[in-house]
Amino acid sequence: MIHQVPMLVIGGGPAGMVAALQALEAGVDVVLIDDGIEIGGQLIKQTHKFFGSEMEYAGTRGFQIGNLLTDKLFSFDNFKYFGRTTATGFYEDGVVTALKDNKEYLKFKPEVILIATGASEKPLAIPNCDLPGVYGAGAVQTLMNLYGVMPGKKALMIGAGNIGLIIAYQLLQAGTEVSAVVEAMPCIGGYLVHASKIRRAGIPIMTSHTITEIEGDACVERAQIVRVDENWQPVPGTEKWIDTDLICVAVGLTPLIDLLWMAGCEMKYVAKLGGEVPVRNKQMQATIPNIFVAGDAAGIEEASSAILEGAIAGLGMANFLGAEIADYDEKHNKYWNELNSFRSGPIGQRISEGLKFVLS
Amino acid sequence: MRIKNHPILKFEFGRKVKFTFEGKEMYGYEGEPIGAALHDNGVMVLRQSIKLKRPRGFFCAIGHCSSCLMEVDGESNVRTCVEPLKEGMVVKLQKGKGTLK
Amino acid sequence: MLKQTGIPTKEDIEKILPSKQRREKGAYVVIECFEEIPCDPCTAACQYGAILQMENVNDLPEADYEKCNGCGICIGLCPGVAIFVVDETYSEEKALIKLPYEFTPLPNKGDVVPGLDRAGEEVCKAEVIRVQKHPSKTNIIWITVQKELAHEVRFIRIPEI
Repeated sequence: MIHQVPMLVIGGGPAGMVAALQALEAGVDVVLIDDGIEIGGQLIKQTHKFFGSEMEYAGTRGFQIGNLLTDKLFSFDNFKYFGRTTATGFYEDGVVTALKDNKEYLKFKPEVILIATGASEKPLAIPNCDLPGVYGAGAVQTLMNLYGVMPGKKALMIGAGNIGLIIAYQLLQAGTEVSAVVEAMPCIGGYLVHASKIRRAGIPIMTSHTITEIEGDACVERAQIVRVDENWQPVPGTEKWIDTDLICVAVGLTPLIDLLWMAGCEMKYVAKLGGEVPVRNKQMQATIPNIFVAGDAAGIEEASSAILEGAIAGLGMANFLGAEIADYDEKHNKYWNELNSFRSGPIGQRISEGLKFVLS
Repeated sequence: MRIKNHPILKFEFGRKVKFTFEGKEMYGYEGEPIGAALHDNGVMVLRQSIKLKRPRGFFCAIGHCSSCLMEVDGESNVRTCVEPLKEGMVVKLQKGKGTLK
Repeated sequence: MLKQTGIPTKEDIEKILPSKQRREKGAYVVIECFEEIPCDPCTAACQYGAILQMENVNDLPEADYEKCNGCGICIGLCPGVAIFVVDETYSEEKALIKLPYEFTPLPNKGDVVPGLDRAGEEVCKAEVIRVQKHPSKTNIIWITVQKELAHEVRFIRIPEI
């Protein structure tokens, strides 16, 4: 059986949830599929209060925003959700295949599709980086913030971007000691307020340092860090071994764009957006007219901007389907103004520069 | 080990269920990933890599990396980071590539 | 320095402090937010309008110290956990510091705990005067320290029992 649906959202993170809500409010029937055990993507693991402004739920903790959006979604009768469902293919006839519960194959034929699949984590290629005890940053958050499991006793964080800094703080909150945050760049990449709050709690942030090797029998037992010079070369004599049972890798994200490739959307490599990203217009519509994109799959940024991109895409999709939206222009412009304002500071400059290559 | 007091979160655990890992009885909460329950029980090594037989553990937690493939109730290659725990599950370390049922 | 270590320098701090005259009048807010990031909940947090509206959400926060009475409501509402209140007129020798705290266990009134500076180093023993539980779980701890440490101490450590 093929499910004929007006709108299919692939990915139940902030972008997908908000896009679905926009369309539902415009009267569109929406099906959302997500491969996680719970809906909410990375949002439901975030314990910190969000930045941004009122429209991005600033001041509310990430998991609470997740709960809020989930409750809103399920209050709509014309919302259908398939959990533990992984989109596996996009076919020439417009059919999307998906595997539910690892057992059942589903087929969808949507009139319009949102690809809000998020991102995957970049790995760290050093000796013994495959030992148990080395985790992607998302996995550490899953264990401690969703399931209340202590990921380790003494952690070493690799990467001082927002994710590394935030999770170092969360590890402390969960009762795990954090030896240091190691960052190869000469400067902290994440927000300085995140850096300051872990520094005053006693976690050193070691910029211009990198991890070179991990040791351990069956699991991680220690790691070697070293200072690097301006050419990224290890400075001899600065090697130091640190005892640790948890190495958290937070060295960046790459957009998850497999389905966009499969569909044949035009893609461009934009380093400032994290890798290959889809060319899109101001409705967040890709080069194939019935495919829209939002969130990290469209370029690595913040959850707050994913929320706004989701709103723009959801609105555009409802409009694409011919839904009556009296104040379409007003809403569209409002979301864009908010997003532009969010990106207008020095932090957002990198994103704005990257978008020049893909946004028409 | 579970987090005892969290300053921000209140964990809502499911029903406590019994399962076995390599024949040893363990407890976890229904619906949580098998991998999380194993972690709580101190099980860090979830499989051996196919070629070099290296130990592998919980890594990506989103079902992408294949580091946590195990044999569950006789079925090979179950991604235990995204497979919910159920009462009475029989979980084993998988040798090699596993077999099709 | 701040960008390398996460520790604001003395110069960073001096830039954000009110005038000497204002500091001698009583409690005031110290907003340790030194980077233009897209964030503005603090501007809506103060019911006295002591944190000025921003033209752009990326602007640095700015306080009107004539309107600020040091109540500390903004402490629990800053997503960056970057707002403190200092009262240098608390007593002859002591200054009062109100700081955000998102850890367990919470200290108790009357506890004497290590006072940490912005690098996380213990610089004194601080006395806990009050523990304000905040609904957002960013609790506010009132401590007293020697006056000369009013702008050094920014965190406390609860010794393990």
